Amino acid sequence: MLDPDLERGWVDRELAEEFPALALWLVRVEAGSGRTPDVVRRRLRQLSNRITGGHVIHMRQDPVPWAYRVFWRQIGIDPDTERTPVEQIALDRLRHGGLRSRNLLDDAITIATFETGVPVLALDADRVGSAIGLRLSRNRELLGGAGRPLSVRQIVVADEDDSVALVSGEVDDARGVTRSTQRMVLGAVQVAGVPLISVEEALWTVADTVTVER
Amino acid sequence: MPDSLEQRTEAPLLPQGPPASPPLVPRSAPDERPARRSLLDQVARLESDLSALFVSSWPRQGLGVFVASRGGPRILSLLELEELRDELAHRVDDARLGLSDRTRVEEQHRRRIEQMLLEPEQHKWVRVSNEDIGEPGCKHWHVRPRWGILGMLLNWWRVRISSGCPLAEGQGHRP
Repeated sequence: MLDPDLERGWVDRELAEEFPALALWLVRVEAGSGRTPDVVRRRLRQLSNRITGGHVIHMRQDPVPWAYRVFWRQIGIDPDTERTPVEQIALDRLRHGGLRSRNLLDDAITIATFETGVPVLALDADRVGSAIGLRLSRNRELLGGAGRPLSVRQIVVADEDDSVALVSGEVDDARGVTRSTQRMVLGAVQVAGVPLISVEEALWTVADTVTVER
Repeated sequence: MPDSLEQRTEAPLLPQGPPASPPLVPRSAPDERPARRSLLDQVARLESDLSALFVSSWPRQGLGVFVASRGGPRILSLLELEELRDELAHRVDDARLGLSDRTRVEEQHRRRIEQMLLEPEQHKWVRVSNEDIGEPGCKHWHVRPRWGILGMLLNWWRVRISSGCPLAEGQGHRP
C-alpha cells in the first residue's frame, strides 16, 4: 500500500504559544471498521506476549510514553488516574492476561499505540468538517455541539464548527466511527519530545491495518 | 549636633506637601509566558523525577507518587501551575525520603541474613522474606532447629531457604 498523505491540522494561537511543539497530524482513509480478521488477531496475540510486568513498570521512562505522561500532567490530568493510552493498553494486558480483540479499528489502534507509544483517534470523515485542528473550548460549549458540556478552556479537537473530541482521546459519539462509516479521519497529537516519525508510524500502522489486512 | 538640628528646623516647609502624582497604571497586562514556560519545564522535570523514583522503588508498595488531577485536559492558570509544581515537588521529596528509609531498613535485613547464615543459633526462629529486602518473589530465610525438638534441645540450628512462591492450584476440583 502507498503511504497515505499526512495533513497537519491547525492549532489555536493561544494553545500554540503555551505548547509550541503541539501538533495534530491527520490521515484520511477510505475504510471503516468491522470484524477483526484472523491476521490482526494473531498480531494482537503476538503483541500481548511481548508485554511483561517489568516492561509496563519501565514504560513510564521510555521517551515517547514519558512525553505523553508529561503532557498529561501539564494539562491537568493525573496520568496515574487517567492513564495515557499506551499505559492503559499495557495495564489492561496485565489485568486481563491478554489483549482482547474488539473490532478492526480498535485493534488497529491498540497495535499502533503500543508499537509507537502515540495515541491515535478516529473520526467518521463524513460527520466532521474538512479543517480539523486543536483549540480551547468556548464558554458553555457542548462536545460535538450537542453532547456533554465542556468546562471552559478545555483542549479539544475541533472542525470549523464544533469540538469533536478531547485531546485526551474522548470522541463525541456522533462524530466517532460506527458500523456504517465508509471513510475515516485518523488523528494523532504530537507533543514535545515525540519525533514525527513515531506519529507517522502510528497513523500509517492504523491506516495499513484497516485497509489492507482484511 | 545642635547646629545641625537648628539647620533642619530652619529648612523651608512645603506649604501643601509633595506634588500629587497620578497613580501608575500599567499600559499592558504583564506577560505571563516566561513564568508559564518555566513552570511547565519544572513540571516536566519533576514528573521525570517522580517516574524515576517509581521505577526505582518497584516492587515496594505504598510510596506516595500520586498527584491529584486538575480537571484537565485544559490550560492551567498560573496559580494552578504553581500549585501543581509545589505538589509534585512535595511528592518527589516524600518519595525520596520514603525510599531512602526503606532501603536503609532493607540493608539491615540483608546484614541480618548474613549473620543468620553465620550464626543461626544466635537468631532462633528469625524469618526474613524477600519483601523485607525489597525484592520480588516469595523466598524467605527462616532459622529453624535441625531435626525438630532434638535440634532445639541440642542447640542445632540452621537457616532454611524457601524455594519460592507456591505453584498456582487452579480453580475447582480435578475431574
